[in-house]
Amino acid sequence: MRLDPWPFVIAAYAIVSVVVVVLSLLSWRAMRRAEDAVEESRQA
Amino acid sequence: MTAVHALANPARFLRLARPLTPVLFWLGLALAVFGGWAGLTQTPPDYLQGDAVRIIYLHVPIAWLGMGGWTGLAIASFAYLVWRHPLARVAAQAIAMPGAVFAGLCLVTGSIWGRPTWGTWWQWDGRLTSMLLLFFVYLAYMALVRADGDRGGDGRIPAIFGLAGTVLLPIIRYSVVWWNTLHQGQSIGLASSTIAMSILWPLFYTLAGFTLLFAAIVLMRMRALLAAAKAEARMRRKAAA
Repeated sequence: MRLDPWPFVIAAYAIVSVVVVVLSLLSWRAMRRAEDAVEESRQA
Repeated sequence: MTAVHALANPARFLRLARPLTPVLFWLGLALAVFGGWAGLTQTPPDYLQGDAVRIIYLHVPIAWLGMGGWTGLAIASFAYLVWRHPLARVAAQAIAMPGAVFAGLCLVTGSIWGRPTWGTWWQWDGRLTSMLLLFFVYLAYMALVRADGDRGGDGRIPAIFGLAGTVLLPIIRYSVVWWNTLHQGQSIGLASSTIAMSILWPLFYTLAGFTLLFAAIVLMRMRALLAAAKAEARMRRKAAA
């Protein structure tokens, strides 16, 4: 029996979207925190 | 080569990376979203695979970047071993996490594609197993970087590991030629493709989009590592004074 491909297609797109967004946000947050720490250490 | 050496200066690199990061990120996101939308709605189903073929617009760029990430990591490791540029070490370390995530996503999207197409989630064949090995090699590299940092190492051991890991890349690339496999053979090359252009065209957008997103994420992680090193050096100087 041939499976309906759409649930698989939607699952693939959802997983990739969520993972790429989370990876981008974590990388951005790590960058902001580290650059803020440099600024604070300069002012201290 | 002179330009590469000039860019290896962290201050010069940061002057370029700061404005480049948001440009790469937003352009990459726009291209990836457009390519994904076009792949879902603007192309015909494949005559054999039906609508399952739409996973190609994610799976192929992600697989290329999972392998391309290790190529970049190996080049940076080589540059660090030969020229001792600290920026090369930072670049290799910054590539590892997104490379591992993309290698993992390649396995997941491939598995999801395999179920309706091959009738199975997983098969221990050459292509799938060698890609799984690359994912584990990324994890091992990250563990090695952490262990090397904890014992105050100079980064040479992770760099040598980064170079040694390149042995997997030709195995992944030619696994579909060397062994019988469920995975299809090479259908997209630099010069030609066996896939009709009516199905293929959104792939160029997702490929460009995910590549730019990957580059933006690497730049963010390089900036984070450089800033952390700078803050730590400043704290040490203050503590010593």
